Amino acid sequence: MSFSDKTGANSLTIAGARDALRKREISAVDLTMACLTAMDAGDGLNAFVFKTPEIALEQARAADARLAAGEAPSLCGIPLGIKDLFCTRGVPSQAASNILRGFRPEYESTVTTKLFGDGAVMLGKLNMDEFAMGSSNETSCYGNVVNPWRRQGSNVSLTPGGSSGGSAAAVAADLCLGATGTDTGGSIRQPAAFAGITGIKPTYGRVSRWGIVAFASSLDQAGPMTKSVRDAAIFLAAMAGHDPKDSTSADLPVPDFEAALTGDIRGKVIGIPKEYRMDGMPAEIEALWQSGIAMMRDAGATIRDISLPHTKYALPAYYVIAPAEASSNLARYDGVKYGHRAKLAQSDGITEMYEKTRAEGFGPEVQRRVMIGTYVLSAGFYDAYYNRARKVRALIKRDFETVFADGVDAILTPATPSAAFGLGEMASADPVEMYLNDVFTVTVNLAGLPGIAVPVGLDGQGLPLGLQLIGRPWDEGNLLNHAHVLERAAGFVAKPEKWW
Amino acid sequence: MSIDIDTARKVAHLARIRVEEAALPALAEQLSGILTFMEQLNEVDVTGIEPMVSVTPMRLARRADVVTDGNIQPQVLKNAPQAREGFFAVPKVVE
Repeated sequence: MSFSDKTGANSLTIAGARDALRKREISAVDLTMACLTAMDAGDGLNAFVFKTPEIALEQARAADARLAAGEAPSLCGIPLGIKDLFCTRGVPSQAASNILRGFRPEYESTVTTKLFGDGAVMLGKLNMDEFAMGSSNETSCYGNVVNPWRRQGSNVSLTPGGSSGGSAAAVAADLCLGATGTDTGGSIRQPAAFAGITGIKPTYGRVSRWGIVAFASSLDQAGPMTKSVRDAAIFLAAMAGHDPKDSTSADLPVPDFEAALTGDIRGKVIGIPKEYRMDGMPAEIEALWQSGIAMMRDAGATIRDISLPHTKYALPAYYVIAPAEASSNLARYDGVKYGHRAKLAQSDGITEMYEKTRAEGFGPEVQRRVMIGTYVLSAGFYDAYYNRARKVRALIKRDFETVFADGVDAILTPATPSAAFGLGEMASADPVEMYLNDVFTVTVNLAGLPGIAVPVGLDGQGLPLGLQLIGRPWDEGNLLNHAHVLERAAGFVAKPEKWW
Repeated sequence: MSIDIDTARKVAHLARIRVEEAALPALAEQLSGILTFMEQLNEVDVTGIEPMVSVTPMRLARRADVVTDGNIQPQVLKNAPQAREGFFAVPKVVE
């Protein structure tokens, strides 16, 4: 590829850009300019909610100096989008919520500190579901993100999924080279699948949660959303690592994930869980899964039918545990320390201040989850709901431990129960119907495992579909290698046709 | 278990979220729907199972009991909706 014409550099992968930057075929400033232009032209997607071009160009100039000096880490000069859930110093960080309107952190999250330390370039903050609570990016205070993909012959706006919907749309539309996401029940993997990109949720504890607005602390993990599995390996290595500021961060060395991409999975055992064959699952999802199984078999892996008997109970357990933790974490939004405070009447006391502030600041889905969490933690119900859900969670984790102990190396499942659906299509649905989007992904969070979504094919309407691979804890290297094999066999190269 | 209007009102107050009286019936119905979904957990035999505390078996790390931060009052107060004389300011709490 020649870069005499700098336009189009925004469509590079991270790996491709890294090599071009190191060979000085392109400068970090030119690459950043290409992304800034694409970002401005992509306003119709509503992916970026706050743009930081000045910061980006300053970082790009610094990256060029490092590249010229020949000491540049992989992400040096790579333009990224940052999910609004990450606190970035001096830059609005609202978790797409009105309750954090005006909040500009005085500190930098550990993940963004590491990325910027490696020389990465921040283009801006990315849209998401409010407090990461949603599967369609329709709960954001900034409005919906629009998926760059459309059904063939249709101009209906589709959801990019959620909660990392802005990240998925921005990467799929080449507004940036990669983006950070976070995943509490599927919020990296579901939007990645809906947008035809790769997204990995690492093992719980692999990436520091410090400075990331908390949703459900025992489930939240950050991870990269990228155009390829190799990019995911490069990006994850830069995000990962022990952080004393996060007490659940694991004090383990970070392996060279990119070096793990050997493309050889001969003799590995791939588990196919029968419980993931859901009633009413679209035939196209089943066919995609079968083709993925054939790809792994052709690559020399052994396919084994397995059982994860408590799968069915993962969603109800999740929707007890996650709201319980959220109700506790979101207690801090009280109109005192930061963000929004309601206008008060003369006679209003502190309780009215809390109640009015939180009613105005939180959207309906966040309010619902905080109240459900409050209810399941309240006296008299704690054992019946919360403790029972934590016991079921232990059983779900044991299901996985059993199959891994029996020699399974990775588990292959669909990533989502459907392709991207229309924005507003679920508006009249019961909240529980929206929760079903996470049916294949949520088990992985409950068990703390790494999981990756890889685009594998298109459905009959031309929309991307993904498969999910689940790995052993702390074994992201092998998981990425399996994903690399699947990606190569699937040969997914489709891009959304540009309409924005 | 279904949530009636009184319970919905109580939960909203415990959560410190103002919900208008007119909105309580719809809220009670939605919360009930979600709780019904959770009732599936009652099918699971959890005899002898300990509730999960941490997904990764680990001892929480301890650190030396020393001051690692501080003297940043302006930064702490920077984002406060109302700050006065070095404090967060709130409506009168004690009559």
